[in-house]
Amino acid sequence: MDELIRLLKQNARMTDDELAVMLGVSADEVRKMIAKLEADGIIKGYSAIIDEAEYDPNSVFALIELNVTPQSQSGYEEIARQIASYDEVASVRLMSGTYDILVEVIGANIRDVSLFVSQRLATIDAVQSTATHFVLKAYKDNGIIIDGEEKDERSWVIS
Amino acid sequence: MIDYERLLNGKIKNTKPSGIRKYFDMAETMDNVISLGVGEPDFKTPWVVRQEAINILERGRTNYTANSGLIDLRKEISAYINRKLGLSFDPKSEIIVTVGGSEAIDLAIRCIVEPGDEVLICEPSFVCYRPIAELVGGKVVSIETKAENEFRLTADELKSKITDNTKLLILPFPNNPTGAIMTRADLEAIAEVLKDTNIAVISDEIYSELTYGEKHCSLAQIGDMRERTIIVDGFSKAYAMTGWRLGFLAGPKPLIEQMLKLHQYAIMSSPTVSQYAAIKALKECDADIEKMRNEYNARRRYLVDAFNRLGLDCFTPKGAFYVFPCIKSTGLTSDEFCEKLIMSKRVAVVPGNAFGGCGEGYIRVSYAYSISHLKEAIRRITEFLEELKG
Ligand SMILES: Cc1ncc(COP(=O)(O)O)c(C=O)c1O
Repeated sequence: MDELIRLLKQNARMTDDELAVMLGVSADEVRKMIAKLEADGIIKGYSAIIDEAEYDPNSVFALIELNVTPQSQSGYEEIARQIASYDEVASVRLMSGTYDILVEVIGANIRDVSLFVSQRLATIDAVQSTATHFVLKAYKDNGIIIDGEEKDERSWVIS
Repeated sequence: MIDYERLLNGKIKNTKPSGIRKYFDMAETMDNVISLGVGEPDFKTPWVVRQEAINILERGRTNYTANSGLIDLRKEISAYINRKLGLSFDPKSEIIVTVGGSEAIDLAIRCIVEPGDEVLICEPSFVCYRPIAELVGGKVVSIETKAENEFRLTADELKSKITDNTKLLILPFPNNPTGAIMTRADLEAIAEVLKDTNIAVISDEIYSELTYGEKHCSLAQIGDMRERTIIVDGFSKAYAMTGWRLGFLAGPKPLIEQMLKLHQYAIMSSPTVSQYAAIKALKECDADIEKMRNEYNARRRYLVDAFNRLGLDCFTPKGAFYVFPCIKSTGLTSDEFCEKLIMSKRVAVVPGNAFGGCGEGYIRVSYAYSISHLKEAIRRITEFLEELKG
Protein backbone atom coordinates (compact mmCIF):
# COMPACT_ATOMS: atom_id res chain seq x y z
CA MET A 1 0.00 0.00 0.00
CA ASP A 2 2.70 2.49 1.00
CA GLU A 3 4.53 1.93 -2.27
CA LEU A 4 1.33 2.25 -4.30
CA ILE A 5 0.49 5.54 -2.61
CA ARG A 6 4.03 6.79 -3.17
CA LEU A 7 3.82 5.99 -6.90
CA LEU A 8 0.38 7.55 -7.26
CA LYS A 9 1.49 10.71 -5.52
CA GLN A 10 4.35 10.90 -7.97
CA ASN A 11 2.14 10.35 -10.99
CA ALA A 12 -1.53 9.42 -10.68
CA ARG A 13 -1.82 8.91 -14.42
CA MET A 14 0.10 5.66 -14.48
CA THR A 15 -2.01 2.77 -15.70
CA ASP A 16 -2.95 -0.15 -13.47
CA ASP A 17 -0.71 -2.33 -15.62
CA GLU A 18 2.27 -0.04 -15.19
CA LEU A 19 1.70 0.16 -11.45
CA ALA A 20 1.39 -3.61 -11.29
CA VAL A 21 4.79 -4.06 -12.94
CA MET A 22 6.45 -1.54 -10.67
CA LEU A 23 4.98 -3.12 -7.56
CA GLY A 24 5.56 -6.70 -8.65
CA VAL A 25 1.87 -7.65 -8.26
CA SER A 26 -0.99 -8.32 -10.71
CA ALA A 27 -3.05 -5.54 -12.27
CA ASP A 28 -6.09 -7.04 -10.57
CA GLU A 29 -4.45 -6.60 -7.21
CA VAL A 30 -3.64 -3.00 -8.05
CA ARG A 31 -7.27 -2.35 -8.94
CA LYS A 32 -8.36 -3.94 -5.66
CA MET A 33 -5.91 -1.92 -3.61
CA ILE A 34 -6.95 1.33 -5.28
CA ALA A 35 -10.63 0.52 -4.81
CA LYS A 36 -9.99 -0.09 -1.14
CA LEU A 37 -8.03 3.13 -0.71
CA GLU A 38 -10.88 4.99 -2.35
CA ALA A 39 -13.56 3.22 -0.34
CA ASP A 40 -11.69 3.88 2.90
CA GLY A 41 -11.53 7.55 2.00
CA ILE A 42 -7.74 7.52 1.92
CA ILE A 43 -7.59 8.50 -1.73
CA LYS A 44 -9.90 11.50 -2.03
CA GLY A 45 -9.39 12.17 -5.71
CA TYR A 46 -6.87 12.73 -8.46
CA SER A 47 -5.95 16.15 -9.70
CA ALA A 48 -3.33 17.77 -11.85
CA ILE A 49 -0.62 19.89 -10.30
CA ILE A 50 -0.77 23.17 -12.16
CA ASP A 51 1.83 25.89 -12.16
CA GLU A 52 -0.80 28.60 -11.74
CA ALA A 53 1.61 31.41 -12.51
CA GLU A 54 2.50 29.76 -15.81
CA TYR A 55 -1.13 28.96 -16.64
CA ASP A 56 -2.48 32.42 -15.86
CA PRO A 57 0.17 35.03 -14.97
CA ASN A 58 -2.51 37.31 -13.47
CA SER A 59 -3.83 34.75 -11.05
CA VAL A 60 -3.00 35.19 -7.41
CA PHE A 61 -2.64 32.78 -4.62
CA ALA A 62 -3.08 33.84 -1.01
CA LEU A 63 -2.85 32.35 2.45
CA ILE A 64 -5.34 33.87 4.88
CA GLU A 65 -5.03 33.46 8.59
CA LEU A 66 -8.29 33.71 10.53
CA ASN A 67 -8.91 34.19 14.20
CA VAL A 68 -12.24 32.58 14.94
CA THR A 69 -14.49 32.37 18.01
CA PRO A 70 -15.39 28.71 18.44
CA GLN A 71 -19.15 28.07 18.46
CA SER A 72 -20.70 26.57 21.56
CA GLN A 73 -22.13 23.57 19.73
CA SER A 74 -19.80 22.80 16.88
CA GLY A 75 -16.52 24.45 17.84
CA TYR A 76 -14.65 25.27 14.61
CA GLU A 77 -16.29 22.58 12.47
CA GLU A 78 -19.21 24.49 11.09
CA ILE A 79 -17.24 27.60 10.20
CA ALA A 80 -14.51 25.56 8.58
CA ARG A 81 -17.08 23.70 6.49
CA GLN A 82 -18.77 26.92 5.51
CA ILE A 83 -15.47 28.40 4.31
CA ALA A 84 -14.54 25.20 2.52
CA SER A 85 -17.68 25.34 0.42
CA TYR A 86 -16.48 28.36 -1.61
CA ASP A 87 -15.02 27.49 -4.99
CA GLU A 88 -12.23 30.03 -4.58
CA VAL A 89 -10.94 28.14 -1.55
CA ALA A 90 -8.27 25.54 -2.28
CA SER A 91 -7.76 24.34 1.30
CA VAL A 92 -8.93 24.96 4.86
CA ARG A 93 -6.97 23.86 7.91
CA LEU A 94 -7.42 24.19 11.65
CA MET A 95 -4.08 25.29 13.10
CA SER A 96 -2.25 25.36 16.40
CA GLY A 97 -0.51 28.61 17.30
CA THR A 98 -1.35 32.28 16.99
CA TYR A 99 -4.33 31.92 14.68
CA ASP A 100 -7.02 29.27 14.25
CA ILE A 101 -7.80 28.61 10.61
CA LEU A 102 -5.59 28.80 7.54
CA VAL A 103 -7.32 29.24 4.19
CA GLU A 104 -5.69 28.95 0.77
CA VAL A 105 -7.43 31.00 -1.88
CA ILE A 106 -6.85 31.22 -5.63
CA GLY A 107 -8.25 34.23 -7.50
CA ALA A 108 -8.07 35.66 -10.99
CA ASN A 109 -6.39 38.82 -9.66
CA ILE A 110 -5.55 40.65 -6.42
CA ARG A 111 -8.88 42.49 -6.43
CA ASP A 112 -10.80 39.23 -6.60
CA VAL A 113 -8.99 37.82 -3.62
CA SER A 114 -9.32 41.03 -1.62
CA LEU A 115 -13.04 41.15 -2.30
CA PHE A 116 -13.41 37.53 -1.33
CA VAL A 117 -11.70 38.17 1.99
CA SER A 118 -13.58 41.32 2.80
CA GLN A 119 -17.02 40.18 1.59
CA ARG A 120 -17.02 36.45 2.31
CA LEU A 121 -14.59 35.72 5.13
CA ALA A 122 -14.46 38.89 7.23
CA THR A 123 -18.23 39.05 7.31
CA ILE A 124 -18.66 35.71 9.04
CA ASP A 125 -19.78 36.53 12.59
CA ALA A 126 -17.35 34.22 14.32
CA VAL A 127 -14.36 35.55 12.40
CA GLN A 128 -12.65 38.11 14.60
CA SER A 129 -9.77 39.06 12.35
CA THR A 130 -8.03 38.12 9.11
CA ALA A 131 -4.49 38.46 7.84
CA THR A 132 -3.96 37.98 4.11
CA HIS A 133 -0.58 36.94 2.71
CA PHE A 134 -0.15 36.96 -1.07
CA VAL A 135 2.14 34.33 -2.52
CA LEU A 136 4.92 35.92 -4.54
CA LYS A 137 6.37 32.80 -6.06
CA ALA A 138 5.97 29.03 -5.64
CA TYR A 139 9.03 26.82 -5.73
CA LYS A 140 7.57 23.48 -4.76
CA ASP A 141 3.98 22.32 -4.55
CA ASN A 142 2.56 18.95 -3.51
CA GLY A 143 6.05 17.53 -3.27
CA ILE A 144 6.86 18.58 -6.82
CA ILE A 145 9.43 21.19 -7.78
CA ILE A 146 7.63 23.70 -10.00
CA ASP A 147 10.26 26.37 -10.25
CA GLY A 148 11.86 25.10 -13.47
CA GLU A 149 13.07 21.59 -14.10
CA GLU A 150 16.22 20.56 -12.31
CA LYS A 151 18.96 19.97 -14.83
CA ASP A 152 20.84 16.69 -14.84
CA GLU A 153 24.30 17.86 -13.88
CA ARG A 154 25.91 14.46 -13.94
CA SER A 155 29.03 14.22 -16.08
CA TRP A 156 29.69 11.54 -18.60
CA VAL A 157 32.23 9.67 -16.52
CA ILE A 158 33.08 6.03 -16.36
CA SER A 159 31.46 4.35 -13.44
CA MET B 1 63.26 17.23 -28.53
CA ILE B 2 61.91 15.27 -25.62
CA ASP B 3 60.72 11.74 -26.35
CA TYR B 4 57.54 11.18 -24.37
CA GLU B 5 57.24 7.63 -25.65
CA ARG B 6 60.46 6.68 -23.90
CA LEU B 7 59.46 8.52 -20.76
CA LEU B 8 56.15 6.88 -20.14
CA ASN B 9 55.56 3.62 -18.34
CA GLY B 10 54.87 1.04 -21.05
CA LYS B 11 52.15 -0.56 -18.99
CA ILE B 12 50.07 2.59 -18.80
CA LYS B 13 50.60 3.23 -22.50
CA ASN B 14 49.22 -0.23 -23.20
CA THR B 15 46.22 0.26 -20.94
CA LYS B 16 43.15 0.65 -23.11
CA PRO B 17 40.89 3.62 -22.42
CA SER B 18 37.56 2.42 -21.11
CA GLY B 19 35.09 1.23 -23.72
CA ILE B 20 32.44 3.50 -22.29
CA ARG B 21 34.30 6.64 -23.26
CA LYS B 22 33.51 6.42 -26.97
CA TYR B 23 29.74 6.63 -26.51
CA PHE B 24 30.01 9.32 -23.93
CA ASP B 25 32.08 11.40 -26.33
CA MET B 26 29.39 10.93 -28.96
CA ALA B 27 26.60 11.75 -26.56
CA GLU B 28 28.33 14.89 -25.38
CA THR B 29 28.23 16.42 -28.84
CA MET B 30 24.51 15.75 -29.41
CA ASP B 31 21.35 17.54 -28.38
CA ASN B 32 18.27 15.92 -26.93
CA VAL B 33 20.16 12.83 -25.80
CA ILE B 34 18.38 10.59 -23.34
CA SER B 35 21.04 8.99 -21.26
CA LEU B 36 20.79 5.68 -19.50
CA GLY B 37 24.51 5.65 -19.23
CA VAL B 38 25.74 7.04 -15.97
CA GLY B 39 26.54 4.99 -12.91
CA GLU B 40 25.69 7.44 -10.19
CA PRO B 41 22.46 8.14 -8.30
CA ASP B 42 20.07 10.75 -9.69
CA PHE B 43 19.22 11.73 -6.12
CA LYS B 44 20.91 14.56 -4.33
CA THR B 45 22.85 13.85 -1.17
CA PRO B 46 20.39 13.99 1.78
CA TRP B 47 20.01 17.56 2.97
CA VAL B 48 21.17 16.90 6.54
CA VAL B 49 24.49 15.71 5.15
CA ARG B 50 24.91 18.77 2.96
CA GLN B 51 23.94 20.98 5.89
CA GLU B 52 26.55 19.32 8.06
CA ALA B 53 29.23 20.03 5.46
CA ILE B 54 28.20 23.69 5.45
CA ASN B 55 28.41 23.80 9.25
CA ILE B 56 31.82 22.20 9.20
CA LEU B 57 33.10 24.73 6.67
CA GLU B 58 31.69 27.56 8.75
CA ARG B 59 33.58 26.23 11.72
CA GLY B 60 36.72 26.22 9.61
CA ARG B 61 37.55 22.54 9.87
CA THR B 62 39.77 22.63 6.83
CA ASN B 63 42.82 20.67 7.95
CA TYR B 64 44.06 17.19 7.18
CA THR B 65 42.66 14.43 9.34
CA ALA B 66 44.50 11.43 10.75
CA ASN B 67 45.85 9.35 7.85
CA SER B 68 43.30 6.61 8.28
CA GLY B 69 40.46 9.11 8.71
CA LEU B 70 38.66 10.84 11.58
CA ILE B 71 38.45 8.44 14.48
CA ASP B 72 34.79 9.34 14.99
CA LEU B 73 34.07 8.39 11.40
CA ARG B 74 35.97 5.11 11.72
CA LYS B 75 33.97 4.34 14.84
CA GLU B 76 30.74 5.02 12.98
CA ILE B 77 31.86 2.86 10.06
CA SER B 78 32.70 0.10 12.50
CA ALA B 79 29.25 0.42 14.08
CA TYR B 80 27.65 0.44 10.64
CA ILE B 81 29.40 -2.77 9.57
CA ASN B 82 28.41 -4.32 12.86
CA ARG B 83 24.80 -3.31 12.33
CA LYS B 84 24.71 -4.59 8.74
CA LEU B 85 26.91 -7.66 8.83
CA GLY B 86 27.24 -8.51 12.51
CA LEU B 87 31.04 -8.32 12.24
CA SER B 88 33.38 -6.28 14.38
CA PHE B 89 36.26 -4.29 12.95
CA ASP B 90 38.59 -2.31 15.18
CA PRO B 91 38.26 1.37 14.23
CA LYS B 92 41.89 1.94 15.16
CA SER B 93 43.57 -0.77 13.14
CA GLU B 94 41.13 -2.38 10.72
CA ILE B 95 39.48 0.50 8.87
CA ILE B 96 40.86 3.12 6.45
CA VAL B 97 38.76 5.99 5.14
CA THR B 98 39.59 6.31 1.44
CA VAL B 99 38.97 8.59 -1.50
CA GLY B 100 35.96 6.66 -2.73
CA GLY B 101 35.68 2.93 -3.16
CA SER B 102 38.02 3.62 -6.07
CA GLU B 103 41.02 4.34 -3.90
CA ALA B 104 40.12 1.45 -1.64
CA ILE B 105 40.30 -0.90 -4.63
CA ASP B 106 43.56 0.62 -5.80
CA LEU B 107 45.17 0.30 -2.35
CA ALA B 108 44.04 -3.24 -1.85
CA ILE B 109 45.21 -4.47 -5.24
CA ARG B 110 48.54 -2.68 -5.15
CA CYS B 111 49.38 -3.88 -1.65
CA ILE B 112 48.78 -7.49 -2.56
CA VAL B 113 49.69 -8.11 -6.18
CA GLU B 114 53.26 -8.54 -7.36
CA PRO B 115 54.51 -9.26 -10.87
CA GLY B 116 53.45 -12.71 -12.00
CA ASP B 117 50.69 -13.12 -9.41
CA GLU B 118 47.41 -14.30 -10.79
CA VAL B 119 44.37 -12.18 -10.03
CA LEU B 120 40.94 -13.71 -10.55
CA ILE B 121 38.33 -11.20 -11.63
CA CYS B 122 34.66 -12.02 -12.06
CA GLU B 123 33.48 -10.47 -15.31
CA PRO B 124 31.47 -8.63 -16.50
CA SER B 125 32.42 -6.15 -13.81
CA PHE B 126 33.41 -2.60 -13.00
CA VAL B 127 36.17 -1.35 -15.25
CA CYS B 128 38.97 -0.52 -12.81
CA TYR B 129 40.13 -3.87 -11.40
CA ARG B 130 41.93 -5.18 -14.46
CA PRO B 131 44.01 -2.11 -15.37
CA ILE B 132 45.19 -1.63 -11.79
CA ALA B 133 46.12 -5.30 -11.40
CA GLU B 134 47.95 -5.28 -14.73
CA LEU B 135 49.76 -2.05 -13.91
CA VAL B 136 51.44 -3.73 -10.96
CA GLY B 137 52.37 -6.71 -13.12
CA GLY B 138 49.58 -9.04 -12.10
CA LYS B 139 48.26 -11.61 -14.53
CA VAL B 140 44.53 -11.21 -14.78
CA VAL B 141 42.44 -14.34 -15.12
CA SER B 142 38.85 -13.61 -16.00
CA ILE B 143 36.05 -15.72 -14.56
CA GLU B 144 33.02 -15.30 -16.76
CA THR B 145 29.74 -15.20 -14.92
CA LYS B 146 26.83 -16.33 -17.05
CA ALA B 147 23.24 -15.31 -17.63
CA GLU B 148 22.05 -18.88 -16.98
CA ASN B 149 23.56 -18.63 -13.49
CA GLU B 150 22.05 -15.20 -12.98
CA PHE B 151 25.59 -13.83 -13.35
CA ARG B 152 26.68 -15.32 -10.04
CA LEU B 153 30.10 -16.80 -9.44
CA THR B 154 29.88 -20.56 -9.06
CA ALA B 155 32.20 -22.70 -6.98
CA ASP B 156 33.12 -24.89 -9.97
CA GLU B 157 34.10 -21.97 -12.13
CA LEU B 158 36.20 -20.55 -9.33
CA LYS B 159 37.89 -23.86 -8.62
CA SER B 160 38.80 -24.37 -12.27
CA LYS B 161 40.70 -21.08 -12.38
CA ILE B 162 42.76 -21.44 -9.23
CA THR B 163 46.46 -22.26 -9.66
CA ASP B 164 49.50 -22.18 -7.36
CA ASN B 165 50.03 -18.59 -8.50
CA THR B 166 46.57 -17.34 -7.61
CA LYS B 167 46.85 -14.65 -4.98
CA LEU B 168 43.71 -12.61 -5.16
CA LEU B 169 40.05 -12.94 -6.06
CA ILE B 170 37.93 -9.91 -6.83
CA LEU B 171 34.35 -10.51 -5.84
CA PRO B 172 32.20 -7.62 -7.03
CA PHE B 173 28.65 -8.16 -5.76
CA PRO B 174 26.08 -6.60 -5.98
CA ASN B 175 27.49 -6.30 -9.45
CA ASN B 176 27.98 -3.43 -11.82
CA PRO B 177 26.92 -3.95 -14.68
CA THR B 178 24.77 -7.08 -14.27
CA GLY B 179 22.95 -6.26 -11.02
CA ALA B 180 23.66 -9.81 -9.82
CA ILE B 181 23.98 -10.58 -6.12
CA MET B 182 25.46 -13.51 -4.24
CA THR B 183 23.23 -15.14 -1.64
CA ARG B 184 24.55 -16.63 1.58
CA ALA B 185 24.29 -20.11 0.04
CA ASP B 186 26.25 -18.99 -3.03
CA LEU B 187 28.95 -17.54 -0.79
CA GLU B 188 29.11 -20.66 1.34
CA ALA B 189 30.01 -22.65 -1.75
CA ILE B 190 32.71 -20.10 -2.61
CA ALA B 191 34.06 -20.23 0.95
CA GLU B 192 34.33 -24.00 0.69
CA VAL B 193 36.66 -23.61 -2.32
CA LEU B 194 38.75 -20.89 -0.71
CA LYS B 195 39.14 -22.25 2.77
CA ASP B 196 42.31 -24.29 2.30
CA THR B 197 44.00 -21.79 -0.01
CA ASN B 198 46.07 -18.69 0.72
CA ILE B 199 43.98 -16.50 -1.57
CA ALA B 200 42.84 -13.06 -0.45
CA VAL B 201 39.50 -11.64 -1.55
CA ILE B 202 38.57 -8.05 -2.34
CA SER B 203 34.85 -7.92 -1.80
CA ASP B 204 33.59 -4.80 -3.55
CA GLU B 205 30.37 -4.11 -1.71
CA ILE B 206 29.81 -0.54 -2.85
CA TYR B 207 26.22 -1.40 -3.82
CA SER B 208 25.51 -3.33 -0.62
CA GLU B 209 22.67 -1.00 0.39
CA LEU B 210 20.95 -1.46 -2.94
CA THR B 211 19.52 -4.95 -2.95
CA TYR B 212 15.90 -5.76 -3.60
CA GLY B 213 13.98 -8.40 -1.73
CA GLU B 214 17.08 -9.95 -0.29
CA LYS B 215 19.47 -8.55 2.28
CA HIS B 216 23.09 -8.16 1.28
CA CYS B 217 25.44 -10.87 2.51
CA SER B 218 29.22 -10.49 2.60
CA LEU B 219 31.78 -13.24 2.16
CA ALA B 220 33.32 -11.99 5.42
CA GLN B 221 30.22 -13.28 7.23
CA ILE B 222 30.82 -16.86 6.14
CA GLY B 223 32.81 -19.15 8.46
CA ASP B 224 36.33 -17.83 8.94
CA MET B 225 36.35 -15.95 5.62
CA ARG B 226 36.76 -12.64 7.47
CA GLU B 227 40.48 -13.43 7.85
CA ARG B 228 41.03 -13.20 4.08
CA THR B 229 38.37 -10.68 3.05
CA ILE B 230 39.01 -7.02 2.37
CA ILE B 231 35.71 -5.19 2.29
CA VAL B 232 35.48 -2.21 -0.06
CA ASP B 233 32.49 0.02 0.51
CA GLY B 234 31.65 3.69 0.43
CA PHE B 235 29.19 6.52 0.43
CA SER B 236 28.79 7.15 -3.30
CA LYS B 237 25.94 4.83 -4.15
CA ALA B 238 24.20 4.28 -0.81
CA TYR B 239 24.00 7.92 0.21
CA ALA B 240 24.15 9.52 -3.24
CA MET B 241 27.52 11.04 -2.37
CA THR B 242 29.59 10.36 -5.49
CA GLY B 243 31.18 13.80 -5.67
CA TRP B 244 32.26 13.77 -2.03
CA ARG B 245 34.83 11.11 -2.91
CA LEU B 246 34.60 9.01 0.19
CA GLY B 247 34.77 5.29 0.78
CA PHE B 248 36.46 2.85 3.10
CA LEU B 249 38.37 -0.37 3.49
CA ALA B 250 37.72 -2.82 6.29
CA GLY B 251 39.86 -5.89 6.74
CA PRO B 252 42.23 -7.84 8.94
CA LYS B 253 44.84 -5.77 10.74
CA PRO B 254 47.96 -7.30 9.09
CA LEU B 255 46.64 -6.27 5.66
CA ILE B 256 45.16 -2.93 6.64
CA GLU B 257 48.31 -1.72 8.39
CA GLN B 258 50.34 -2.20 5.20
CA MET B 259 47.65 -0.55 3.08
CA LEU B 260 47.68 2.40 5.42
CA LYS B 261 51.33 3.03 4.50
CA LEU B 262 50.45 3.37 0.83
CA HIS B 263 47.40 5.50 1.62
CA GLN B 264 49.54 7.74 3.83
CA TYR B 265 52.17 8.32 1.13
CA ALA B 266 49.84 8.55 -1.84
CA ILE B 267 46.86 10.40 -0.39
CA MET B 268 47.69 11.68 3.14
CA SER B 269 44.07 11.74 4.20
CA SER B 270 40.64 11.73 2.60
CA PRO B 271 38.69 14.98 2.18
CA THR B 272 38.00 16.41 5.62
CA VAL B 273 34.64 18.07 4.99
CA SER B 274 33.38 14.87 3.37
CA GLN B 275 34.47 12.87 6.39
CA TYR B 276 32.50 15.00 8.83
CA ALA B 277 29.48 14.90 6.58
CA ALA B 278 29.75 11.12 6.29
CA ILE B 279 29.44 10.77 10.07
CA LYS B 280 26.08 12.48 9.76
CA ALA B 281 25.10 10.19 6.88
CA LEU B 282 25.88 7.04 8.87
CA LYS B 283 24.04 8.32 11.92
CA GLU B 284 20.91 9.80 10.42
CA CYS B 285 20.25 8.65 6.90
CA ASP B 286 18.91 5.10 7.09
CA ALA B 287 15.47 6.40 6.09
CA ASP B 288 16.89 8.23 3.08
CA ILE B 289 18.51 5.04 1.84
CA GLU B 290 15.22 3.23 2.28
CA LYS B 291 13.41 5.85 0.21
CA MET B 292 15.94 5.72 -2.61
CA ARG B 293 15.92 1.93 -2.57
CA ASN B 294 12.13 1.85 -2.94
CA GLU B 295 12.29 4.24 -5.84
CA TYR B 296 15.03 2.22 -7.58
CA ASN B 297 13.03 -0.92 -7.02
CA ALA B 298 9.98 0.37 -8.92
CA ARG B 299 12.20 1.49 -11.80
CA ARG B 300 14.01 -1.84 -11.84
CA ARG B 301 10.74 -3.73 -12.20
CA TYR B 302 9.59 -1.36 -14.89
CA LEU B 303 12.73 -1.83 -16.99
CA VAL B 304 12.99 -5.60 -16.64
CA ASP B 305 9.39 -5.91 -17.79
CA ALA B 306 9.87 -3.43 -20.63
CA PHE B 307 12.97 -5.12 -22.06
CA ASN B 308 11.50 -8.58 -21.83
CA ARG B 309 8.40 -7.35 -23.65
CA LEU B 310 10.62 -5.91 -26.35
CA GLY B 311 12.18 -9.32 -26.86
CA LEU B 312 15.51 -8.34 -25.30
CA ASP B 313 15.88 -11.03 -22.66
CA CYS B 314 16.61 -9.43 -19.35
CA PHE B 315 17.31 -11.35 -16.19
CA THR B 316 15.83 -9.84 -13.03
CA PRO B 317 18.74 -8.27 -11.19
CA LYS B 318 18.49 -8.10 -7.41
CA GLY B 319 21.08 -5.42 -6.77
CA ALA B 320 22.73 -2.13 -7.79
CA PHE B 321 20.89 0.14 -10.27
CA TYR B 322 21.49 -1.51 -13.61
CA VAL B 323 19.70 -3.96 -15.84
CA PHE B 324 21.69 -5.99 -18.34
CA PRO B 325 19.48 -7.06 -21.24
CA CYS B 326 20.73 -9.40 -23.96
CA ILE B 327 20.70 -7.89 -27.45
CA LYS B 328 21.87 -10.96 -29.39
CA SER B 329 18.41 -11.36 -30.94
CA THR B 330 18.99 -8.18 -32.95
CA GLY B 331 21.95 -9.74 -34.73
CA LEU B 332 24.05 -6.74 -33.77
CA THR B 333 27.16 -6.66 -31.62
CA SER B 334 26.99 -4.61 -28.43
CA ASP B 335 29.06 -1.87 -30.04
CA GLU B 336 26.90 -1.75 -33.16
CA PHE B 337 23.72 -1.70 -31.10
CA CYS B 338 24.91 1.17 -28.91
CA GLU B 339 26.26 3.19 -31.80
CA LYS B 340 23.12 2.81 -33.92
CA LEU B 341 20.87 3.52 -30.97
CA ILE B 342 22.59 6.74 -30.09
CA MET B 343 22.89 7.89 -33.70
CA SER B 344 19.30 7.16 -34.69
CA LYS B 345 17.36 7.65 -31.44
CA ARG B 346 19.68 9.65 -29.23
CA VAL B 347 19.59 7.13 -26.41
CA ALA B 348 22.90 6.41 -24.70
CA VAL B 349 23.49 3.01 -23.13
CA VAL B 350 26.76 1.22 -22.48
CA PRO B 351 27.89 -1.88 -24.41
CA GLY B 352 28.28 -4.93 -22.19
CA ASN B 353 31.76 -5.68 -23.51
CA ALA B 354 33.04 -2.50 -21.86
CA PHE B 355 32.90 -4.58 -18.65
CA GLY B 356 34.91 -7.53 -19.99
CA GLY B 357 34.82 -9.51 -23.22
CA CYS B 358 32.12 -11.82 -21.91
CA GLY B 359 29.72 -8.86 -21.71
CA GLU B 360 29.47 -9.00 -25.50
CA GLY B 361 25.86 -9.42 -26.59
CA TYR B 362 24.54 -7.34 -23.69
CA ILE B 363 23.99 -3.69 -22.88
CA ARG B 364 24.09 -1.96 -19.51
CA VAL B 365 21.12 0.24 -18.78
CA SER B 366 21.20 2.38 -15.66
CA TYR B 367 17.99 3.17 -13.82
CA ALA B 368 19.41 6.05 -11.87
CA TYR B 369 16.83 8.11 -13.78
CA SER B 370 13.24 9.13 -13.13
CA ILE B 371 10.41 6.91 -14.32
CA SER B 372 9.30 9.48 -16.88
CA HIS B 373 12.83 9.60 -18.26
CA LEU B 374 12.94 5.80 -18.44
CA LYS B 375 9.59 5.71 -20.19
CA GLU B 376 10.74 8.09 -22.87
CA ALA B 377 13.90 6.02 -23.36
CA ILE B 378 11.87 2.82 -23.71
CA ARG B 379 9.60 4.55 -26.22
CA ARG B 380 12.62 5.42 -28.34
CA ILE B 381 14.17 1.96 -27.99
CA THR B 382 10.85 0.43 -29.10
CA GLU B 383 10.94 2.56 -32.26
CA PHE B 384 14.57 1.66 -32.79
CA LEU B 385 13.87 -2.07 -32.64
CA GLU B 386 10.91 -1.74 -35.00
CA GLU B 387 13.03 0.12 -37.51
CA LEU B 388 15.76 -2.52 -37.19
CA LYS B 389 13.28 -5.22 -38.16
CA GLY B 390 12.44 -3.05 -41.17
C1 LIG C 1 31.45 -1.75 -8.53
C2 LIG C 1 32.02 -0.41 -8.22
N1 LIG C 1 32.98 -0.30 -7.30
C3 LIG C 1 33.52 0.88 -6.97
C4 LIG C 1 33.10 2.05 -7.57
C5 LIG C 1 33.78 3.32 -7.17
O1 LIG C 1 32.96 4.27 -6.63
P1 LIG C 1 33.49 5.45 -5.70
O2 LIG C 1 34.93 5.62 -5.97
O3 LIG C 1 32.69 6.63 -6.09
O4 LIG C 1 33.23 5.02 -4.30
C6 LIG C 1 32.10 1.99 -8.54
C7 LIG C 1 31.62 3.21 -9.23
O5 LIG C 1 30.93 3.18 -10.20
C8 LIG C 1 31.53 0.73 -8.86
O6 LIG C 1 30.56 0.62 -9.78
